[in-house]
Amino acid sequence: MSEQPHIDIDYVANLARIELSADEKAKLGSQLDDILGYFEKLNAVDIDGVEPMAHAHKVFNVWRAGDEPGDTFSPEVLTKMAPEQRENQVVVPKVVE
Amino acid sequence: MDYDVVIGLEIHVQIKTRTKMFTAAPYKYGAAPNTLTDAVVLGLPGTLPVLNYEAIEKCAQLGLMLGCEIAQECKWDRKNYFYPDSPKNYQLTQNEQPLCIGGKVEIELPGPSRNVEGAHRWVELNRIHLEEDPGKLTHESFDTVIDFNRAGVPLAEIVTEPDMSSSTEAVAFLNCLRNLIVYADISDCDMEKGQMRCDANVSLRPVGSEKLGTRTEMKNLNSISNVKAAIEYEIERQTEILEEGGSVVQETRRWDVESACSFSLRSKEEAHDYRYFPDPDLVPVQMDRARVAELEAELPERPLDKQRRYQEALKLPFTTTSVLCPNRELSEFFEAALEVHNAPKQIANYITNDLLRELSEASEHGESALSVSDCKLMPAHIATLAKIIDEGVISKQIGKEVFNDMFQTGDMPDAIVEKKGLKQSNDTGEIEALCREAIAGNAKAVGQYKEGNAKALNALKGPVMKATKGKANPAMLDQLLKKLIDEG
Amino acid sequence: MSDIFYKTISELAAMLAAGETTSVAITQAVIDRITAVDDKVKAFISYDAGDALAQAAAADARRTEGQSLGPLDGVPIGIKDTLAVKDQPLRCASKMLESYVSPFDATCIAKLREAGAVIYGRLNMDEFAMGSSTENSAYQTTANPWDLETIPGGSSGGSAAAVAAGEAIATLGTDTGGSIRQPAALCGVVGMKPTYGLISRYGLVAFASSLDQVGPFARTVEDAALLMEAMLGKDDLDSTSIAPQGETNYAAALKAKKGPWKLGVPREFFGEGIDPEVKANIEQAIDWYQSQGCEIVDISLPHSELAVPVYYIVATAEASSNLARFDGVRYSHRSPDANDAMTLFTKSRGEGFGDEVKRRIILGTYVLSSGYYDAYYLRAQKVRTLIRNDFEKAFEQVDAILTPTSPTPAFKQGERSDDPLAMYLSDIYTISVNLAGLPGISVPSGFTESGLPIGLQVICKAFGEADMFAIAHAFEQAHDHHKQTPSL
Ligand SMILES: [Mg+2]
Ligand SMILES: [Zn+2]
Repeated sequence: MSEQPHIDIDYVANLARIELSADEKAKLGSQLDDILGYFEKLNAVDIDGVEPMAHAHKVFNVWRAGDEPGDTFSPEVLTKMAPEQRENQVVVPKVVE
Repeated sequence: MDYDVVIGLEIHVQIKTRTKMFTAAPYKYGAAPNTLTDAVVLGLPGTLPVLNYEAIEKCAQLGLMLGCEIAQECKWDRKNYFYPDSPKNYQLTQNEQPLCIGGKVEIELPGPSRNVEGAHRWVELNRIHLEEDPGKLTHESFDTVIDFNRAGVPLAEIVTEPDMSSSTEAVAFLNCLRNLIVYADISDCDMEKGQMRCDANVSLRPVGSEKLGTRTEMKNLNSISNVKAAIEYEIERQTEILEEGGSVVQETRRWDVESACSFSLRSKEEAHDYRYFPDPDLVPVQMDRARVAELEAELPERPLDKQRRYQEALKLPFTTTSVLCPNRELSEFFEAALEVHNAPKQIANYITNDLLRELSEASEHGESALSVSDCKLMPAHIATLAKIIDEGVISKQIGKEVFNDMFQTGDMPDAIVEKKGLKQSNDTGEIEALCREAIAGNAKAVGQYKEGNAKALNALKGPVMKATKGKANPAMLDQLLKKLIDEG
Repeated sequence: MSDIFYKTISELAAMLAAGETTSVAITQAVIDRITAVDDKVKAFISYDAGDALAQAAAADARRTEGQSLGPLDGVPIGIKDTLAVKDQPLRCASKMLESYVSPFDATCIAKLREAGAVIYGRLNMDEFAMGSSTENSAYQTTANPWDLETIPGGSSGGSAAAVAAGEAIATLGTDTGGSIRQPAALCGVVGMKPTYGLISRYGLVAFASSLDQVGPFARTVEDAALLMEAMLGKDDLDSTSIAPQGETNYAAALKAKKGPWKLGVPREFFGEGIDPEVKANIEQAIDWYQSQGCEIVDISLPHSELAVPVYYIVATAEASSNLARFDGVRYSHRSPDANDAMTLFTKSRGEGFGDEVKRRIILGTYVLSSGYYDAYYLRAQKVRTLIRNDFEKAFEQVDAILTPTSPTPAFKQGERSDDPLAMYLSDIYTISVNLAGLPGISVPSGFTESGLPIGLQVICKAFGEADMFAIAHAFEQAHDHHKQTPSL
């Protein structure tokens, strides 16, 4: 994060699986570069030996004990909300590797 | 130039829990499509994961079975990538702090022949971490359909070091690994049911060179024979490239069973930017050391440790231990029999020869392969049979007949001996009378014996045995004949 | 104001108990009010009058049988479009979920049902709660009832406007960086964000999981307290929910607790960027507390100026992953012109998400992507720790912290739409509270010359809700700002 940071919008948009129009890319790109510039503030802080904070509170060991089976949905719950379905399975266009 | 082959494996194993990794929906193999889902499995808006503690304990046991260190603390990360079988388009996994660290697995390489033990060596593990299985895609002619039943099933990913040097070692590793996991009842490891899946990383380097060559990752190896074939194919492919002065491209390749060759998955390059970060919905798990010790105490003896013990302490041959030890049920049946009558060799033989023969014959008629628990015999049956033979109650010959009877009826050997009156006769009077008849009836044999031909005595034993239906105590018969001839 | 739809929960509870009105009458009055004013205010994306009246009738039936469930029984509560209500649309004001209906209730909704509340309406918001003006809704722009030209704040703008306009007795919103408190301040109502974990997030469509909390909008602090009592508690479906600690009979406690309190004023919050009228108003409020014998202490939250950058890194990173499930596969918008799965993702998401959501997903994806994780995300997580430590230090000396809720009163619609940074700065006083996981409440503290509401924010330490309510209640009851209503 040395000089004016810049987002490779095509790479990131592809990672995020979002199709953007050329205009969107231009507009977003410059807005995001401004925002990243604003983030530079953070480089001023000394964070040596500071623990990163992933949760609001330090909590451990929360789990479900007993491994007891619970309720399941009927396939219709899924097929009713799915844009396309066949024989209780969700249909998507061909997956090409 | 000659090359060293370097192979590392990543094995995904479905952990045997009743419910899924982060929700209480049950899992069963082969259920009708999308009948094992709930709001969490489908990743519906507003849902949150809650850890199934059973998966943690089973995975810790797996780690202990494979000699791993169990972490003081493990936590959950998100692995972000889009794929239609992934309900959230991220996978909950353990990237930074896995549950099991390091570890090593003893493997046994095939010997020169089936009944000669091969060399043993240890394969180093890097880690074992827990994660969730995605759903199942079925590629049809014009589109793809998705079944989310499998989504959320707990998976243990076992990552080895690049520590194997041939397809043979890789196969030996997978077999030994499977035995260990099935022994500990952590998974059934049925590759056809997707309970065990393998990715193989293969690279070549000039003999003697220290630094690893460029590796390729082979995916979709869903049988041990595929693993073998895919690795051998890849070794050949890379060798050709290197010999033509080319360089191997680091890539993910897919093994295609039909065409028996692999092809590159180009699209994967960018997909490797998984943007791992700590999952904010799940909290870290701190392992209770006392509980870890309990879990370790529950584990069974490792198959190869058992094999060593049988060979060293019980003096059993490899041909026997190689049959008894890979099968936990069989070896436990064997040890239970020893409790009743401590005659390892005889009992092991009855189990590995007679019992398994009868079982496989029975299986041929029946639909599924029968196991020890399916037949009428208890360890006590075999033990008692061996016992009464050792005590001279019946002869080995009679033993065969008794075995077949008890396998059919499930009656105890002594009961069968009573029922059929198979007890050896020790009635001196009766046998002496018969001996006198035999001596009188065969002067020739008597003469030959007197001339020092000990074998001639057998000609006199025959009729006596015949008359007693084989029940005459052979030792006693021998003495009597000699005594009578000498006197006479 | 004597209109029934402008009464408080505690007033209505008394009337219902005395038989002076019925739940059906109240609910009908609220629905009539919606019909009368919502084409101006546009607070509701949709509402189901029939369903609401049926719940009301059931509440009345309970009451006549002497089975009343308490102060909330029969009181209509409006719901933000990001909270799951069984069999009701759950769109998060996005095209992405245009036709999605939730098959389950959020935990907070289930708890309100247990208390007898009449659950109705889908209140407008910024798409997926991303915004501070409710202009980012795919359906409509909500107006501030005090000046229809201006924004109501956001993201829970519909929930705030509905209470201000008498279209609801109280409502639920969600607060990730100020999305309850800021619109409450701008609309002249009470809005409260609980300690992280006090209310289950199950059924709240995640924006930033480590920051999101559900909270109430109400006319009085007491009403907000009543709603909190009904909703709080550890939930087995949310691993990050926490059993409450200390006093939780808030409504009783806020009358009992009289202070005087030690109140901290962070000088950093009164510097550049604050509107002079807001500054003067909050300083007046502080003077009032002093006049009541409270000790006012100058405190410092040195890292507070970093809260906005930290927030927009942490929140967008989590959001980029949380919103990945909206992919056109199972329930969200599917693009009609995709011929392969990859294009299905990119087109569906390109069409389904609005500008601000795209902006934040791209930003969040970037700060997690390989090569930038440490520089942005990890650094932000560490600075977040410093921000929390600032508060912990401060609460060693004071019972609560007083600040403006928003640096400015409501601004004109469209004023900041093209300047995301300027928009982000409207949460400058609320964001650090979410980063630290603390409770905060905004209580009406007066009006600008032009008649726009101003809000005072009271912040307490984790689980300090009882004190927080009492401190806010004391100020509220000594003034009549909360009794003012807009002319519509
Ligand atoms: Mg892997
Ligand atoms: Zn994996």
